[in-house]
Amino acid sequence: MPEVRDIQIQEPAARVASGADELQDMQGEKMVLNMGPSHPATHGVLRIVLELDGEIITKAAPDIGYLHRGDEKIAENMTYTQFIPYTDRLDYLAPLANNVAYALAVEKLMGIDKQLPPRCQFIRVICCELARISAHLLGMGAFALDIGAITVFLHTFTEREKLYNLFEALTGARFTTSYTRIGGLSRDIPPGWIEQCRKFLEEVVVNFDETETFLTRNKIFTDRTQGVGVVSREDAISFGLSGPNLRGSGVDFDLRKAHPYLVYDQLEFDVPYGTTGDAYDRYLIRIEEMRQSVRIVKQCLDKLPGGPVNVPDMKVVLPPKERVLTKMEELIHHFINVTQGVNAPPGEIYFGAENPKGELGFYIHSKGGGTPYRMKIRSPSFCNLSIMAHLLPGHMVSDITAILGSFDFVMGECDR
Amino acid sequence: MTANELTAQFKARFGDLISEPVEFRGELTLKVADAERIGEVCSFAKKELGFDYLVDVSSVDNYGEDPRWTVVYHIYGYGHHQHLRLKTDVSEEKSELPTVTTIWQTADWHEREAYDMMGIRFRGHPDLRRILMWEGYPYFPLRKDFPLAGKSSDMPEVAFTNTTPMAGGPFVTIAGGKDTIAREPRVRIPETDALATTNRVERRADIKDAHGEGKGPGPIEPKK
Repeated sequence: MPEVRDIQIQEPAARVASGADELQDMQGEKMVLNMGPSHPATHGVLRIVLELDGEIITKAAPDIGYLHRGDEKIAENMTYTQFIPYTDRLDYLAPLANNVAYALAVEKLMGIDKQLPPRCQFIRVICCELARISAHLLGMGAFALDIGAITVFLHTFTEREKLYNLFEALTGARFTTSYTRIGGLSRDIPPGWIEQCRKFLEEVVVNFDETETFLTRNKIFTDRTQGVGVVSREDAISFGLSGPNLRGSGVDFDLRKAHPYLVYDQLEFDVPYGTTGDAYDRYLIRIEEMRQSVRIVKQCLDKLPGGPVNVPDMKVVLPPKERVLTKMEELIHHFINVTQGVNAPPGEIYFGAENPKGELGFYIHSKGGGTPYRMKIRSPSFCNLSIMAHLLPGHMVSDITAILGSFDFVMGECDR
Repeated sequence: MTANELTAQFKARFGDLISEPVEFRGELTLKVADAERIGEVCSFAKKELGFDYLVDVSSVDNYGEDPRWTVVYHIYGYGHHQHLRLKTDVSEEKSELPTVTTIWQTADWHEREAYDMMGIRFRGHPDLRRILMWEGYPYFPLRKDFPLAGKSSDMPEVAFTNTTPMAGGPFVTIAGGKDTIAREPRVRIPETDALATTNRVERRADIKDAHGEGKGPGPIEPKK
């Protein structure tokens, strides 16, 4: 017969008290962890200095600027047209959308944004929305990859490859498109492109459905994203969030609806917005935005009018090459356009466009002539990241990847 | 509420402090005469007029004019969907104005950027440090008197203080060591290159001159 022993069990209240003593001893040992600037989950070169209490973040200090190239300084030293390739390198996942936003800003300064030919406006909308699909596909794939779902990334990349083929056929470049010009586009749509685009749109919606079957009701994914990184409506507005991150917090605001530019007021689409403001909501919004983008592109392809793609003003747009080589006046315009740039009036404007990452704004302060006196780029990733110091404390270390992934930022745009 | 009604309310509240609105391309700009009162104006804009969103803070260097700095605030209201630009001038001697971080938290990084790039200080900012350039960088690069090519400056002490583990390897830069061209093992020396022409030798010398002795690649100064 085994020996019988008494077991001492403390009262629960006493247990808590003795536990608190132990906790007291352990406190004061906070660890500082440096994350980045070269970390796969930081989507580029973001560095975050974290202060940890065990696995809980007590303080987070984002450190940016590793990709600072001085784009604003460069812009002051070249003509408006010469700066277009630099806009490719802001949000380098959606260069077409940046091109359009920048061209519209300069055109607003020139006062010709309402005179753009309809065909140009429709093509620009198509560009913006295809860029949105491309950026969201990558953002979503990388988000899933960061929290352990590798399949999704490969899946979305397949579609992006098709998109790049479309971009190449349209603009001549896969990545750095530089497609817009002040007052128009570098070229018209090539023959057969519209059919290719329609085929892509049919295929990509299937991909969205498949991606959703991977993630939307996946227990692991929902556990890691629901209730994580919750941004309240007040915080979202106060910290200047924009785009899907703002809408995730329940603000029904989209620049395409509130201040329609191009032909967005002639197109039917819905703006999704979230209810809880967590990482999962931001994911759902991106999925829905891509579906709406498909809807917009389809309408644009149906309605696409004929006609020229550039404003009929040789003082703004380069004249056709064959005329430059045979006619005196065109030669002069070509020469002035290339050497001095467009003649912008003095004044200051701000133009913000709804880009995949949020509101990309250009503040141009002109003193006249072909060069901006000062150009400030209001980049959405910069503003979206500024909330991190406020948002991360209280979360676990493993939540960082989920939060950063759901914010979908690009450092090229943040650091400029 | 239209933008004109809103600007009228600014005028009614602050009187001469606010200039007459300037309209250009459908945008309204108000100038605040005294930079010291920008906090008060912004607080009124948010609390009374519903401008709950600070889009952007930027700064302009009016080089050669007085006052030298202009700080520009773009504000927006989600209630009335109106956009407005507030501007205020700051003199170079002072280079300081009150912060608006207590009104909109997004101003934190925007003001740090303005400080980093132009050297305008924001009084009362919780953490006014450089944001894009590194701590200890001696210049303010967006000023008009800063050259586009940049100025050379010392890197902070943390870099290159100790010998790197791979020091001496072909791709490792060490302080005071040979430059990249001299170190690269596969580099072709034009003097011994069969295809070398006079031009290539000259170009080579140019590159070496520009990089200097043992300083590594640096900004290329124009030849005198």
